[in-house]
Amino acid sequence: MAKDIRTARQDFPILQRVVNDRPLVYLDNAATTQKPQSVIDTLTDYYTRYNANIHRGNYNLAIEATNAYEFARAKVAAYINAKETHEVIFTRGATESINLVAYSYGDAFVKEGDEIIVTQLEHHSNYVPWKLLCDRKKAHFKVVPFDENGDLDLEVYRSLLSERTRLVAVNHISNSLGTINPVAEMIKLAHDAGAVVLVDAAQSVQHIQHDVRALDADFYAFSGHKMYAPMGVGVLYGKEHLLEAMPPFLSGGEMIDVVSPESISYNVLPYKFEAGTPYVPGPIGLSAAIDYLKLFDEEALHAYEDELLAYGLAKLSEVPGLKIYGNPKRRSSILPFNIEGVQHYDLGILLDARGIAVRTGQHCTQPIMDALGIPGTVRASLALYSTHEDIDKLVEGIHRVLKLLRR
Amino acid sequence: MTLSARKQQLLEDFELLENWEEKYDYLIELGMDLPEMPPELKTDLNLVRGCQSSVWFDIRCEDHKIIFDADSDSLIVKGIVAVVNQLFNEQPAEDVLKADLSFFEEVGLWQHLSAQRGNGLLAMIAHLKKAATDCLSD
Repeated sequence: MAKDIRTARQDFPILQRVVNDRPLVYLDNAATTQKPQSVIDTLTDYYTRYNANIHRGNYNLAIEATNAYEFARAKVAAYINAKETHEVIFTRGATESINLVAYSYGDAFVKEGDEIIVTQLEHHSNYVPWKLLCDRKKAHFKVVPFDENGDLDLEVYRSLLSERTRLVAVNHISNSLGTINPVAEMIKLAHDAGAVVLVDAAQSVQHIQHDVRALDADFYAFSGHKMYAPMGVGVLYGKEHLLEAMPPFLSGGEMIDVVSPESISYNVLPYKFEAGTPYVPGPIGLSAAIDYLKLFDEEALHAYEDELLAYGLAKLSEVPGLKIYGNPKRRSSILPFNIEGVQHYDLGILLDARGIAVRTGQHCTQPIMDALGIPGTVRASLALYSTHEDIDKLVEGIHRVLKLLRR
Repeated sequence: MTLSARKQQLLEDFELLENWEEKYDYLIELGMDLPEMPPELKTDLNLVRGCQSSVWFDIRCEDHKIIFDADSDSLIVKGIVAVVNQLFNEQPAEDVLKADLSFFEEVGLWQHLSAQRGNGLLAMIAHLKKAATDCLSD
């Protein structure tokens, strides 16, 4: 039987903390999620029982560590429904995954005069690497704008696609506005134009659909730490034929086959892209996080998070002078707002004084803030352990802070 | 009042405050008492960049003393500006240059505020010290 979502909270020891004399209300889950005890135990167990360098040792510890690491790869591959296990490359995070594609695929296949399309809703990590690639290659950098609701303008997207389009980079969920982008549709359109698509799934893999084959994504990048796994592990999924055609990104040990002064041949996938000793406990911890997520009925989980988001939007809307940014067709887990006459930094700091953790600022999305004409927002973001009480405490905290600020 | 007398006064005030909410509350109060900065001085040139708030400093050098007007769009940062104002405004440039930052540690603000890029405290101090250097070399 699936685990009851209302029991999730007790699995996360950090949520028992008292901060500034009050029980922690953690609402910065889009930045990073907390870790369940099972993930923490997995890391401790790794270092306590079978820490060894992988793939090379012929002794028991090394074999155990290698098995756990490769088992984690298979677990991730199954979780995102990859066709082949070796289509999963472990990285340090979504940023590194995206950079890997921008440098390896980009340098090999993008030429002068080609076009790369990104969107105005991207995090800097899925914007800057493509801009830099375009600068290196004298390629053209095109940006799909969003409308007043925070939805991408698909008409503009269609008009930008052409035979010159080499690659489209888009996030599944905007980390600033929470917009769920219609990536399946966008991928189909891109494929019709002959372009490949990288999906930045950093905000989506833990909240919504995460089936790379259903999406038909060519590349799919995400971080472990936003999905209850340790910090420092990320994933790049790529379709086999694309990864096969790409040159290595980083070079060194592990990624080679034969090395001589005359020539170097590369190891097979996925090792070609995993130079050096990897962060072995990271993927093993990610595997434990996936096990944890699978305790829940996924549909029930999504329904719970959707209901909580709707509750949060409704409660925040009742605060006088509070403006919520965006009203996209579909939104997930993110509550971005400002309050008239209140600087976002002040609100964040004063909420923290009451033990409430939210994010304030630009959220690494300056193009969004520029389009909205604001210096930043307050952002509350939800996870599976978030509760109605968290929202109530946030709203109560805001009222209290407003009394301090408006005297 | 001398610098050390000003410090002492602020220390005594902060000592009475029990938690962060009270400290911030007091900072906001201090910020509200800060003399208004003429809007025409809020130029890009006078902008000290913090990540999440804007701070303006218009610094003059008179008689080897540092004199400034300052403001911020954040009430809390404006409070920090007010503390900086109480400690350093109209002080000899030499003293501003020598000033250590232990004061902020003593009132418990340093550890909390310096770690955050958002408030620009470090940038403010660096800005003042640069002005003090320029003032002395004039």
